[in-house]
Amino acid sequence: MVDQAVVQDATAKPADKREGVERSDAEPVNKKERRSLYQKRIKIYPRLARGGFRRLKWGVMAVTLAIYYLTPWIRWDRGPNAPDQAVLIDFPGRRFYFFFIEIWPQEVYYLTGLLILAAIGLFLVTSLAGRVWCGYTCPQTVWTDLFIAVERFFQGDRASRIRMDKMPWTGNKVWRKAATHVTWVVIAAGTGGAWVFYFADAPTLAQQLVTFDAPAVAYVTIATLTFTTYLLGGLAREQVCTYMCPWPRIQGGLLDEESLVITYHEDRGEPRGARKKGTHPTELGDCIDCNQCVAVCPMGIDIRDGQQLECITCALCIDACNGVMDKVGLPRNLISYDTLANVERVRAGEKPRLRLIRPRTLIYTGIIALVTLIMLFTLVTRSDLDVNILRDRNPLFVTLSDGSIRNGYTVKIINKQHAERHFTLAVEGLPGASIDIVGNDVTAADLQVDPDDLESYRVFVSAPRDSLEDDSLDLRFLITDKADGTRVTYDSVFRGPK
Amino acid sequence: MAHDKEIDQVSGTETTGHEWDGIKELNTPLPRWWLWTFYATCLWALAYWVVMPAWPLVSSYTKGVIGYSSREQLANTMAEARAAQAVYLDRIEQASLEEIVNDRELLDFAQAGGGSAFAVNCSQCHGLGAAGSTGFPNLNDDNWIWGGTLEAIHQTILYGIRSDHDETRFNEMPAFGRDEILDREQVGDVAEYVLSLSGSETDPAAAQRGSEIFAEQCAACHGEDGTGNQDLGAPNLTDAIWLYGGDKADVVQTIANSRSGMMPAWTGRLDETTIKQLAVYVHSLGGGE
Repeated sequence: MVDQAVVQDATAKPADKREGVERSDAEPVNKKERRSLYQKRIKIYPRLARGGFRRLKWGVMAVTLAIYYLTPWIRWDRGPNAPDQAVLIDFPGRRFYFFFIEIWPQEVYYLTGLLILAAIGLFLVTSLAGRVWCGYTCPQTVWTDLFIAVERFFQGDRASRIRMDKMPWTGNKVWRKAATHVTWVVIAAGTGGAWVFYFADAPTLAQQLVTFDAPAVAYVTIATLTFTTYLLGGLAREQVCTYMCPWPRIQGGLLDEESLVITYHEDRGEPRGARKKGTHPTELGDCIDCNQCVAVCPMGIDIRDGQQLECITCALCIDACNGVMDKVGLPRNLISYDTLANVERVRAGEKPRLRLIRPRTLIYTGIIALVTLIMLFTLVTRSDLDVNILRDRNPLFVTLSDGSIRNGYTVKIINKQHAERHFTLAVEGLPGASIDIVGNDVTAADLQVDPDDLESYRVFVSAPRDSLEDDSLDLRFLITDKADGTRVTYDSVFRGPK
Repeated sequence: MAHDKEIDQVSGTETTGHEWDGIKELNTPLPRWWLWTFYATCLWALAYWVVMPAWPLVSSYTKGVIGYSSREQLANTMAEARAAQAVYLDRIEQASLEEIVNDRELLDFAQAGGGSAFAVNCSQCHGLGAAGSTGFPNLNDDNWIWGGTLEAIHQTILYGIRSDHDETRFNEMPAFGRDEILDREQVGDVAEYVLSLSGSETDPAAAQRGSEIFAEQCAACHGEDGTGNQDLGAPNLTDAIWLYGGDKADVVQTIANSRSGMMPAWTGRLDETTIKQLAVYVHSLGGGE
């Protein structure tokens, strides 16, 4: 799988070290001139970058992986009759537990709200600082970064890996390659393994998995995610971002000239060229053409070509370039986070500035604030008692032998508490109304609903014929908790003959 | 395409040679793994033809090596559902009607099962909501010609009314007019009296005359006070419910020509557990005694 270009690279003369800067002949393998019909994937050997952004990325990787692997193991006491797992998606029980919140299936609109927040949050962050999601927190980036670290641990950095791919299959090569792939598979299995713990009690499932008592779906899920993690993180890598992911295409519509993106300051850097140590000929710009920005790039691009679809803005080229600039005694930030507008401003002799507050960011912030407020309001005012009343439509009403009119209703009471509750049922707005409930020994004075359950009652409301002035009357149901007096009202109608 | 490769100046990519209004289509290369994925899906399709039922033949189809059949899957699913129901059906078969109503689980099951059996077998006459129509009783109300207890309803469903079953419920009201037992005026007078029983406005004199005829001809079945007799299937004439309509013309028609609605016996057509569920369902509609 070694491309011609890489072979040339590795056989080229040793890097020029006269300036104390290691030169690399790394080629941007995804440069557009290199593509042909049915492009074979050209392997990228990213070099380890050192610097602030690399440290930040290690930190983000540690935090995000910790959240992913450890969350199912957090316990949260909900008392009896409820699981004590802080985050649990309980499909058989049809509940989603998230710390202090319990979501019932009919409340999935909370999920909609979260998705809206996630989407608009992504829009806001992208319009402010470009593809920071792609560069730091996207699982594809995090796991690829982890897999590259594993590769580096066993096979060495860029030059060593290129050498290893070229050399014949010796014992040393076999064990280093095997160790890399085995470690990848172990990490991948751990990734799939952690996923299933979100859907069942983690300690119980872990025990079942080891003793082979776990449900088949758990093993299938783990196997599938193991395969996809290994494939996408170990083998496909940048192909996922470039060809499979829609986000690089979408983000083009979210960025504007005031968004922070990885910028090569062409006005300062060009014309690029190598120079003698300590000298900076006036005919050359600050770029010494050492190619380190290309060598560290996990996407195989040359940032000096400008903004491009493949760039996930991981900022590793900034680290690489800053290290070089320090060594050759030139100012840092030849490559930096900057806006296209600032490049224009500098070119026009103006002062660069950041415009964080723009109509676009204000609108996104407004939407986020609005959705958050709505979500908080519904969450805070969320009742642990829900009532739904369905009126019979066939028959609309029944005339009884004494001439009075009867309507049928199905009353559904949802008790979201973890304790049994008792309710009374009454109606308002219908003179002389009487209530009958189907089932022996069930009366409107005492309706029992089991803990964390829904109970459905058939309720008949009857009234004398002359208490109906019209063929339709507004009727209000009052459901009251006998223990604490919590009351829910539900408006319905009562129908009679014309 | 016969012409030479053309390279687009801006992108450096080869074009397909297609041009629309000066816009040329780039021939951007696909990643090779994409091509392999495409070949893999072709292979998948070939394997699918071998493994699964795939090609129609003249009078059958290729069965596939694993013998999958959606028809069989349906049969299995239905068998599973029947097996799951069997637990409850066995209990319903053993239980008395009273026991079913007093067991919340069985009551829910019987109401659901009875409801679907009602929709299939009974709704043609009684309506989907069991509200009936002229000549077909409303089963939601509290008025029962042959009795509204669980047992009585069960009996009615089992053997029917004026059906061809030996144990059918049966009665026959004379056609007072057609058989010339009463003359035209007498029929009108009795009708006036019958309407007065349920509080309708009537001609007092006619009703008075009708009351005497009623005591003589009708009270034997409908009772002295006209409240009917469920053992005989004689309707209560004093309530607000009229099976064949409560206008004078309707009542005159009933007295003159009699009515004799018919309901089939369901024993032999439906199994015992279904009939039990139907009885529980009808009883739970709101009028059960």
